Amino acid sequence: MPTKRIRRPRADVVFDIINYAVLFLVLLIVFYPLYFIVIASFSDPNAVYTGQVLFAPKAITFEGYQHILQDKLIWTGYLNTFVYTFTGTLISVCITIAGAFALSRPNLPGSGIILRLIVFTMFFSGGLIPSYMLVQNLNMDNTMWALILPVAVYPWNLIVARAFFKSSISEELYEAAYLDGCSDFATFFRIALPLSKAIIAVMVLYYAVGLWNSYFPAMLYLKDELKYPLQLVLRNMLIENNMSSQIMVSEALINQQRIADLMKYGVIIVSSLPVLIMYPFVEKYFAKGVMLGAVKG
Amino acid sequence: MRSVTRGKSESQFTLRLAQRGKLALRHWQLYVLMLPLIVFFILFKYVPMYGIQIAFRDFSPTLGFWNSPWVGLRHFQRFFSSPDFKIVIKNTLTISLLNLAFGFPLPIIISLLLNQVRARRYKHLVQNMIYAPYFISTVVMVGILQAFLSPSTGIINQILIKLGGESIFFMGEPQYFKAIYVISEIWQTTGWGTVIYLAALSGVSPDLYEAAVVDGATKWQRMIRIDLPCIMPTAIIQLILSTGKMFSIGYEKIFLMQNSLNRTVSEVISTYEYKQGILQSQFGYSAAIGLFNAVINLVILLTVNYLANKYSETSLW
Repeated sequence: MPTKRIRRPRADVVFDIINYAVLFLVLLIVFYPLYFIVIASFSDPNAVYTGQVLFAPKAITFEGYQHILQDKLIWTGYLNTFVYTFTGTLISVCITIAGAFALSRPNLPGSGIILRLIVFTMFFSGGLIPSYMLVQNLNMDNTMWALILPVAVYPWNLIVARAFFKSSISEELYEAAYLDGCSDFATFFRIALPLSKAIIAVMVLYYAVGLWNSYFPAMLYLKDELKYPLQLVLRNMLIENNMSSQIMVSEALINQQRIADLMKYGVIIVSSLPVLIMYPFVEKYFAKGVMLGAVKG
Repeated sequence: MRSVTRGKSESQFTLRLAQRGKLALRHWQLYVLMLPLIVFFILFKYVPMYGIQIAFRDFSPTLGFWNSPWVGLRHFQRFFSSPDFKIVIKNTLTISLLNLAFGFPLPIIISLLLNQVRARRYKHLVQNMIYAPYFISTVVMVGILQAFLSPSTGIINQILIKLGGESIFFMGEPQYFKAIYVISEIWQTTGWGTVIYLAALSGVSPDLYEAAVVDGATKWQRMIRIDLPCIMPTAIIQLILSTGKMFSIGYEKIFLMQNSLNRTVSEVISTYEYKQGILQSQFGYSAAIGLFNAVINLVILLTVNYLANKYSETSLW
């Protein structure tokens, strides 16, 4: 390419240096707390207390993780969260994708008003008590359905998915299918779905992360400790400071606080692991979803 | 004459109605596809809206929903005249305004800066890293805060002591509550907030930059004169949406951060609604608070949207 390089003005050089430095600072502010949690999770708590663990782990110990492995509540919580997240995501994605496809078809009588009524719920809702009473009346109290069904569809996700169907699949394709005598079901299952892997991925991720991280509905509706999802178990451990007693009894009193602190850091890592592992692979899809939504907000 | 035209337009209307009916019939399968969606929204969004009437009734479990007597605006009057009202409103407003004042401009600034980075790997590194905190759950976030801020074992206090200061019980002292909430919120959401602005910036026409470079504009000038105006509409939409949520600020997080020592500054409308309704079973009273909250949210959203439309010609619809 014969383009001549225009000499950068000195102001730009200064700008670049400051810019890189500022962004590096931002990077550090975000990164360091996460890094600290990792090193603190396998450093001896006494070293952590005295501020010796700042840049690298010290007096490495796996006691925290050993105790986490033996903790029954954490593992039932983990298993419950897996079940709730899987079931919930499956239901949510099916409803959202099918609905978004139908609402994306042009000139369908009634679709405009339906869409408007859906968007309205983004800005006005019945509130906590009416929803709570509804769940009681539907007899979903103390079941996993109370955590999944009332939040099954986020209007925002629906709008993102609809924008995808509107913009990414060409109208000619549908017309050709229609001329070939394809029914709407066939168009959806044979033409639209195979072309929408990206949006399905986005929806799966949005819903799955939301369900994985939620604690409030579980706190509202679940009475049975064995049904608790991981986040509720974590709440008791991290915030209410209730470490499961059956393991702790065997330890000396002084040691209990030490292990409890060690476990806190470990449990933060263990609980975020699935999301952390998934993250690098799916990060581009997350961003893609936001951009799709931005096309038609 | 007049009746003739009216007759004509009426018959046209029925004709169109018939056409649309035929169209709907032909595409019945599309309605089947959206049926679960419609059922969901009716059952879980519109039935609770209908259930709001509990806010105007004196609910008693023995009488049931339908037979509980009407009490008009009694619950609202009780809320407005209760000593908690002022505290709750004040806390809600200050926390959300603080959050908005710092949380709104930061993603814009960082995405403008990121957009000027030429080294692609560095840009991607920063991007990927700053998105990460968004995926941390509320429970874990508050757990991290407690661990870091603990007066005896937390790293923040360790550093304070090393610098010659004294250990502070951050989570227990009311004056720190708002700062802790807002700072942690910014730490968690700023990075993710840049995604939408970066998307908008990638749509800026390269012609604008070329013309600016030829005219001798520096990077700073290009950023302020080209990039910033280009993402303004996106920024306004984001602002409208976040003001619309002002009164329902992160109650899930605030609830977890609450303790008996900071209650005077941490009680917000939604946490109050939860406690009155679920913990003390005052369904009518709590529903009234919820309705008040929802109406205020809607009014703010519509006002800001109207103002934005008037002064910048950008609005939600």
